[in-house]
Amino acid sequence: MVRHRLRSRLASFVPWSAFVVAVLLVSSGCKKASGSETGNPADNKASGEAATKTGGLAVTDTEVTVGQLHSATGTMAISETGSIQAERLAIDQINEAGGVLGRKIKIIQEDGASDWPTFAEKAKKLLEQDHVASVMGCWTSASRKAVLPVFEKDNGLLYYPTFYEGLEQSKNVFYTGQEATQQILAGLDWLQKTKNAKTFFLIGSDYIWPRTSNKIARKHIENVLKGTVVGEEYYPLGHTQFGSLINKIKAQKPDAVYAIVVGGSNVSFYKQLKAAGVTAENQTLLTISVTEDELLGIGGENMVGFYAAMKYFQSLENENNKKFVAAFKKKYGEKSVIGDVTQAAYLGPWLWKLGVEKAGSFEVDKVVAASPGIELTTAPEGYVKIHENHHLWSKLRIGQVQMDGQYKVLYESELIEPNPFPKGYQ
Amino acid sequence: MDLSIWAMQAFNGLSTFCVLLLMALGLAIIFGQMGVINMAHGEFLTIGAYTTFLLSQAGSVLGDWFQTWYFPVAIVVSFVLAGAVGWLVERFMVRHLYRRPLDTLLATWGLSLVMQQAFRSGFGAREVSATLPDWLMGSLKPTATIDIPINGLFMMALTAALTGLVVFGLTSTRFGVWVRATVQNRAMASAAGINTRKVDELTFAIGCGLAGVAGAAFTTIGSTGPTSGSLYIVDTFLVVVFGGAERLIGTILSAFSIAQTQAATEFFMTGSMAKVLTLSTIIVILMLRPQGLFSIKVRR
Repeated sequence: MVRHRLRSRLASFVPWSAFVVAVLLVSSGCKKASGSETGNPADNKASGEAATKTGGLAVTDTEVTVGQLHSATGTMAISETGSIQAERLAIDQINEAGGVLGRKIKIIQEDGASDWPTFAEKAKKLLEQDHVASVMGCWTSASRKAVLPVFEKDNGLLYYPTFYEGLEQSKNVFYTGQEATQQILAGLDWLQKTKNAKTFFLIGSDYIWPRTSNKIARKHIENVLKGTVVGEEYYPLGHTQFGSLINKIKAQKPDAVYAIVVGGSNVSFYKQLKAAGVTAENQTLLTISVTEDELLGIGGENMVGFYAAMKYFQSLENENNKKFVAAFKKKYGEKSVIGDVTQAAYLGPWLWKLGVEKAGSFEVDKVVAASPGIELTTAPEGYVKIHENHHLWSKLRIGQVQMDGQYKVLYESELIEPNPFPKGYQ
Repeated sequence: MDLSIWAMQAFNGLSTFCVLLLMALGLAIIFGQMGVINMAHGEFLTIGAYTTFLLSQAGSVLGDWFQTWYFPVAIVVSFVLAGAVGWLVERFMVRHLYRRPLDTLLATWGLSLVMQQAFRSGFGAREVSATLPDWLMGSLKPTATIDIPINGLFMMALTAALTGLVVFGLTSTRFGVWVRATVQNRAMASAAGINTRKVDELTFAIGCGLAGVAGAAFTTIGSTGPTSGSLYIVDTFLVVVFGGAERLIGTILSAFSIAQTQAATEFFMTGSMAKVLTLSTIIVILMLRPQGLFSIKVRR
């Protein structure tokens, strides 16, 4: 009976839904039209004099406005919260030290809500309505790809914190995390050198970043290291049953497992590995997707002894990092942890400040022109330098998981040049 | 391929079966018996998971013995808490929508969003992990090359016990008879003196409580975050619909066949392809048999 009623309900539902879609289409069309009317930032900027100095941006004599665009709600909030916090910390510290070109930074925070069209909409709002001087934001590649056309059209400035698959370079974006080759190649070299690894098993969640990264890893293993890939497996995002995969690993007995599992799947994967008796004692595993943030969810005891390749670990022993960790914990609580991306997000406001000061202007074109070559010696990761291709020179570290959910740093590479379009790896 | 891999793969199929069945049990009652499309079912799982997490933290206050034995307590508390929330939801929301299934769908979906954000505000956006007691970690080693995960065994025992209880409850108790009578013919049941309101209330609460138990159990294999529940909701509906919503035996067999297909195909192809194959098979079968594997023949 219920099913019967449902069907007739559905039938009457169809014309209504068509109507709703039509209304939505019309209203979004209106939105676009009104957006383009106010599209030109120079039109409605109050002070004409300020406009010449700042390119129509929201800058007064005492204040400069910066946007922050992350997911504070939705699935991605898990990952993006750390970035939001780190950027706020950096901006607070900059303000305490006198601001940028004598102006305090004011933040307008927008919520991308883990929804890519929303990201684009909010980016548009920040650039066209608020005229922010720069935006710290995005986390997933999908959200970055969604806002990219907006930033390029409105000539905005985005500082993007996440390590990602590369294959992108925009005048309007600075990438403060590592691109794929920086994160992958040195890590695989290390595996071969110290663990004498010849056979590799590649694992990933099924979307662009793990797939592109494993493609690069496979080329490097086969062409440079002369090893073999004995398995390459992808599982849907959010997958929680890894029993079959674990049995395949056991059947293949690879020298090393290379894992790029993300999100909630991570927890299931490592808990089940441990339950199935695959531990650091009998299997070498290197991941590029588990930061201290994820370890909090997985639990150190489920992953102890496995390795991660990142540019930053919370346990790094240098003065910059000690200060950074102390300040972060003071602001957000003793229990908070800092992962690779959180640190990269912290770099954004500082790099922007240096760019503005070198350019002597908030104008996007001038900041972009001044940025390559800028060095940040106070970075918690040690030292970074902006490359002409808008990525950062950075080091790669190998960390080993400890019981307490922290990494012990075992290896540190030289500074690695960013190469978002690697030849021979595509 | 040696024998021990086969043995472990067989066990893997069984443990996937248990996971599917465990999460589908609650929904089999709510959707199968009551016909309520409860999109917030996953969030009741999350209630159980967070309860377990909180109790595992309490061990540091209450001492070592609690750390070791909190898990059975967590299962009971999860059932009670999730059941209580379910009871409230039935009372104040679902009850008013019984005759409007599509509206229930929207309303419960909205409820799931509200609950997710409530978890996020209450526990933080980051995923947390209940520290498992030592007796739940590690594996049995019947031979040198075979590892049987203990948490998998535990999950099987729990699933068997719960399924047994639910089947027994529905078939052999007075309350079970009331539930089935209400499902099959509300007017007649009411005329025969059954308080159908009360039956609805309790059935919904028990269904939600079972979801809470599943959530508690899943902390041993997965993550606990504000949106963890939504990871399971699709599979849960799949199992219940495929089995034929009205019969519990259908749910059990459908969980079994889906789990075995998945485990078998996963071993021979990549994970994503295995999922595609499993889902396509289900779609084809449902096209040929829209009522699911099992259904009750009643006059409509």
